[in-house]
Amino acid sequence: MTLEISRSFVDAILEQSRAEYPDECCGVILGPVGSGKALRLKPMINAAHSPTFYEFDPKDLLGLYREVDDHDEEIVVIYHSHTETEAYPSRTDIAYAGEPGAHYVLVSTRKQIAPSTEFRSFRIVDGAVTEEPVVILD
Amino acid sequence: MSIEVRIPTILRPYTKDQKNVEATGATLADVITNLDSQYVGIGERLLENGALRRFINIYVNDEDVRFLGGLQAPVKDGDSITILPAVAGG
Repeated sequence: MTLEISRSFVDAILEQSRAEYPDECCGVILGPVGSGKALRLKPMINAAHSPTFYEFDPKDLLGLYREVDDHDEEIVVIYHSHTETEAYPSRTDIAYAGEPGAHYVLVSTRKQIAPSTEFRSFRIVDGAVTEEPVVILD
Repeated sequence: MSIEVRIPTILRPYTKDQKNVEATGATLADVITNLDSQYVGIGERLLENGALRRFINIYVNDEDVRFLGGLQAPVKDGDSITILPAVAGG
């Protein structure tokens, strides 16, 4: 399944990843329930404050799900950055992936590759990773 | 009266896709035992070696159970329990 995402969100996520470097950054994009559309960007705090791990704070997590329910939204995209490795789900990403319906977006802040090739989207279901095309909407 | 438990998407295959289910018990541990008897296998997704799994968050009335005594957190009829998988990775 293709991820369609506006260029402003791509730019904002890449900017956030650079701003929070050397820690990983993270967040979600929300959309109306059942639409699959990534319409509302919501950066989250990486409670782990780590270059190799990210985690939403449990209180923020509950708040997020309450907000999503109250607005009849769903989590369409869950994104985070890798600081020095490629934008591909790590073993821990796969182990903890808990939203089979979400696009898992990975970006990388590593220097040697142009940012345009380091914005990738995946489905992670029952431990299986499937990369999907990303269409950036201007 | 009973305790309402909100089930995350990833565990709904155990609850026949129900988002909210009911359970009984005086502690969180009781509730999980009761849930597992109704929805076989769900307990294993919440517990590991008898303790709460690190990357599963459980809240009683919006309070993280880690601050309420963990599995010994007291619950009563009318309480609402929310289960959410952590959003985390490496």
